[in-house]
Amino acid sequence: MRTLFLPTILLAVVMFVGAPWLIDNAPMESTMGFVQKIFYFHVPAWFVMFAAVFVCGIAGAIHVFRRSAAADLVAVTAAEIAAVFGIVGLVTGPLWARKAWGVWWQWDARLTSALILELILFAYLLLRRYGGPGSEKLASGVALFGMANVPFVYWSVNVWRTLHPKTTVVPSLGPGMRGAFWWCVLAFMLLGGALFAARLRLECLRARVDELYLEH
Amino acid sequence: MKRLVVAILLASTLGVLPAARQPQPAQEEFVPVRDAETEQLPAAPLVMSAYAVAWLLIFLYVWSLWRRLNKVERELAELGQRATPKGR
Amino acid sequence: MRSFIDVAWLVMRKDLTVEVRSREIVSTTLFFAVSCVIVFAFSFVRDGRALEHAAAGILWIAIAFAGTLALGRAFERERQGETLRALLLAPADRPAIYIGKLFGLLALLAGVEVVLVPIVGLLFQAPLLAHPFLLAALLAAGTLGFAAVGTLFAAMLVRSRSRDVLLPVVLYPITVPVIIAGVRGTAALFQTDADTPMAIAWITMLGAFDAVFVTLALWTFEPVMTE
Repeated sequence: MRTLFLPTILLAVVMFVGAPWLIDNAPMESTMGFVQKIFYFHVPAWFVMFAAVFVCGIAGAIHVFRRSAAADLVAVTAAEIAAVFGIVGLVTGPLWARKAWGVWWQWDARLTSALILELILFAYLLLRRYGGPGSEKLASGVALFGMANVPFVYWSVNVWRTLHPKTTVVPSLGPGMRGAFWWCVLAFMLLGGALFAARLRLECLRARVDELYLEH
Repeated sequence: MKRLVVAILLASTLGVLPAARQPQPAQEEFVPVRDAETEQLPAAPLVMSAYAVAWLLIFLYVWSLWRRLNKVERELAELGQRATPKGR
Repeated sequence: MRSFIDVAWLVMRKDLTVEVRSREIVSTTLFFAVSCVIVFAFSFVRDGRALEHAAAGILWIAIAFAGTLALGRAFERERQGETLRALLLAPADRPAIYIGKLFGLLALLAGVEVVLVPIVGLLFQAPLLAHPFLLAALLAAGTLGFAAVGTLFAAMLVRSRSRDVLLPVVLYPITVPVIIAGVRGTAALFQTDADTPMAIAWITMLGAFDAVFVTLALWTFEPVMTE
């Protein structure tokens, strides 16, 4: 694990350095123009966020049902990574929407579900921070419920908002854009992975410190 | 003195009331958000801010991780030092 | 199976007996809910008349806030008497304890809503008697969904610090679908040309939500409550 960290983070940095050149050379999108370039950071950030949420949910379930302390460490790490990349997505999104849709925010199914999911992640992190001893299990329960909740939120907001006019749909990718997009996805995934590894190391070290305190 | 202050306060509130009851001036024209603003709104500052924010958030997180890791490693080293002199 | 129902019934009966004697939670919760409704009514009034669509939203916000308060109070009682530990130590099916507490709380909230809904109808001229059974079904399904998640979280948080503020923090994001369904369904029933198919669709969604989350709560109650 530790030997992989340095090459991963270096590769991520290299890819991020190369990204602006690729993004600049990608063809301009016809309806939205230059502002569409935000897409190359916005969507990969959400990809990382959803991957982390998935990991968090599964690790949380394992922690609750199998009482695995290691799974708990993975869950809290994944939750923090998901929260950070989620904020990136939630900030870049409105900046794009302001130009593309004319408004900062829309209460459509995808955005609302993403916002609720982000709130659940914050609730998880707050619970772990301020819940006192024994809050790890409770937080895993919250994570589990949160993940189960996402389809319901999506469905209800979808039905709620389809009575109102729909907004523009993100266009499907042309060949020139595809390269830049997947480059950025890979860069974000590598960055997310490296940060995950670093954060997990922090959790493991903290657990070790707690053990040592208990011993002495 | 106190009664004077109270009287002045009451008088000022009474003065405010008639002004508050006046209705807001009606909106003269309706400017559709979509057409008017999107034409004039330049995309470049939005794109730059989006990238800047993404970078800043990631950088802040990395810095926070770095600080926390250093703190824990220091704690671990201290605990290690405390353990060994205890004649283990 | 028999003893499961017995345990659940005993737990529920205990809660209701204590409540009937003291009437503490139901009266404070009801008063709080009514105050909520009135405060919100002031916020959403225009030209001296209440906004038409406000009634549904205000009703469900009041239920959510009052429900959270009731949950907190109900489990605070357990914590003070240290009865929750005693319950968990008893040779009883853990999920049965959950069901008992859930139905106890539901009875309490039903008592509150029976008074609250007519008051909302009165203040906002809402047509409560147009589709009474659909409205009752909507309220029942929504309250069940809210209480199912809330009972589990409140039980989980009984031994935590900052439990009063953490309960809404964890509960509200997860019960968002319940609130959306409740408000939109109630609004559909309250409008002049009631949209019954829409209301039935929302009731169905709430039914699915209830099924999923009661099951999930039954599964996780035991592992989460044990040390």
